[in-house]
Amino acid sequence: MSLETILMTVFSSTLIYAAPLIFTALGGTFSERSGIVNVGLEGMMIVGAFSSTVFTLSFSNALGTATPWLSILVGGFFGFLFSILHAVATVNFRADHIISGTVLNLLAPGLCVFLTRIIYNGKGQTPIIEQGLGTYTFPGLSKIPVLGKILFTRTSLVAYFAILIAIVSWYFLYRTNVGLRLRSVGENPVAADTLGINVYKYRYLGVLISGFLGGMGGAVMAQSITMNFSSNTISGQGFMALAAMIFGKWHPIGAMGAALFFGLAQSLPITGAYIPLLSHVNSVWFQVAPYVITIIVLVIFLGKAVAPAADGTNYIKNK
Amino acid sequence: MLKGKNKNALIIPLLAVLSGFIVGAVLMLVFGYNPIQNYVNLFAGAFGDVYSVSETLRNMTPLLLTGLGFAVSSKAGFFNIGGPGQYLMGWFSAVVFALHFHALPGIVLIIGSILCGALCGAIWSGIAGVLRAFFGTSEVISTIMLNYIALYYVNYAIKTWLAPKGSDSSPNIPKKASLCTDFLQNLTHGSTFHWGFFLAILCAFAVWFYFNKTCSGFEVRSVGMNPSASRYAGMNVKKTIIVAMIISGILAGMAGALDGIGNYQNISVSNSTPSVGFDGMAVALLAGENPIGMLFSALLFSALQIGGLSISVLSTTPSEIVNVVMASIIFFVGIKYAFEMLIIKGVIKKGAKAKEAGNQ
Repeated sequence: MSLETILMTVFSSTLIYAAPLIFTALGGTFSERSGIVNVGLEGMMIVGAFSSTVFTLSFSNALGTATPWLSILVGGFFGFLFSILHAVATVNFRADHIISGTVLNLLAPGLCVFLTRIIYNGKGQTPIIEQGLGTYTFPGLSKIPVLGKILFTRTSLVAYFAILIAIVSWYFLYRTNVGLRLRSVGENPVAADTLGINVYKYRYLGVLISGFLGGMGGAVMAQSITMNFSSNTISGQGFMALAAMIFGKWHPIGAMGAALFFGLAQSLPITGAYIPLLSHVNSVWFQVAPYVITIIVLVIFLGKAVAPAADGTNYIKNK
Repeated sequence: MLKGKNKNALIIPLLAVLSGFIVGAVLMLVFGYNPIQNYVNLFAGAFGDVYSVSETLRNMTPLLLTGLGFAVSSKAGFFNIGGPGQYLMGWFSAVVFALHFHALPGIVLIIGSILCGALCGAIWSGIAGVLRAFFGTSEVISTIMLNYIALYYVNYAIKTWLAPKGSDSSPNIPKKASLCTDFLQNLTHGSTFHWGFFLAILCAFAVWFYFNKTCSGFEVRSVGMNPSASRYAGMNVKKTIIVAMIISGILAGMAGALDGIGNYQNISVSNSTPSVGFDGMAVALLAGENPIGMLFSALLFSALQIGGLSISVLSTTPSEIVNVVMASIIFFVGIKYAFEMLIIKGVIKKGAKAKEAGNQ
């Protein structure tokens, strides 16, 4: 295989594995920036994966090639609905954020497999999706010498979309009034409240955006990698996204970068076999290395992770 | 007799359990299943005869231990999601010990395997503890990463060293190293119940004693509540963090070891980290991280899991309904503030009477 082809393979499979993590890690960023710890990302992804798969299976005849794309929005919508639970529990009922997040993680697989069995005649997994997101070659851009082939040929369009959302999220959180307010209730809700900012409203906003993005992440996972829904569709990606968010220091671009790194990590055991120098290395090293590297990078370069100041605290408004 | 606060500490979990079952019942009604019949099947499946009770108690063993492990780190202020990895390391090392030293007498093998499992669990969580204490590394990330490292390493080790060619499982450990003896099997009508259960119960009391009667346990709780104040009071915060994480790992590792040499008798390649590590979190959360309370929450969740199996055997209802019930119970524990408000307003008492009337 030529170097170009190898790089193209590594790059595109990195993007495929990174896309679900980018969406979900961004979701985590929104929630935690507003002060609500979100360990329930895994649950939100499960709901997104389930609902998008059911949607694709039900409507792919009617809607054609647009179905997988629409299904990502459907996944986002159900993730959004599911996250209302987390918002109500933590914002209104002062629940411990970790307890509430754990509830989402416990509830989602139970509920979704329960519904899968009801919809698909007692089977614990859905049929395979005929038409997934597939790969995409950018017209024009792919004609650029060398880079065009590596970056823009047979690659994951949804990952580019995810990167775009990361940039939009950064702009939203750091350059708009609403974003500033959302971050302020995560740093110092008392001060924000004194300035007339509705703490509850902005915390709801953070959690609900998080649910939408987490659901989209789960949907992308189902539509591009697993191609069906079962209890194994989402196995730890939500926690990886949580790690990516912390790794990225609760910053959208940082979270995206960390998610891309984890994507590379997850794709290496698969692509490693094609890389001449690495093909003789035992695959267990590829599997373990990224997680070891993450810990080492964290210890050496990042030091103490600094969460938003009021992250994980409940705000109780005084009348 | 009971002070107001203690009374609430009991009433709220009970209300939460009741509400959780109601949510499950409503869901079953919505989809046209018979909740009463299913709950009867569930109860019979978990407690109906000697065999079922033994299975429930056996399944309770790892739940209790991983729950205790989560609780110890949580009291120190850490979110240790490393339970699955620590459990897996404990399981793996216990089986390896029993296979490798198969010539030793049975009792030595058993004690050695359990200690080996506890040690490996402790090392696995200790790494996260040391990194947190000396470098401030988020234990959330390090334990997630350690879970994956454990998963892939153990899978690789099984395939390379333990399993015969073409197989994905290690050979079974020698019979003499098993915690599941003929005596217990005869007594429990052939269930998988094993001696590890009693060790787990002992651990619950030990953890209670540790928190309430020892200096180190007090320091762990104190650091969890306020690290700065603890430091000014002269406590060694770094040491306390590491101690809490190590105890947490010992318990989770022991859970894996007991399952390994008691329940499974071998170890197989798996696709994902064992879910019992996460279920332990639910056990700890329902009991408010009280070790004695966890005896009951572990029993309840174990009964739901074991009884849930017979729901799907005896009817078309998907057994996943029990996971929904479990999650709902924890949800209601989480929103205890809502219950406290209701209790203060006295609505609950009237509501409970109305419910009783409704059930009859």
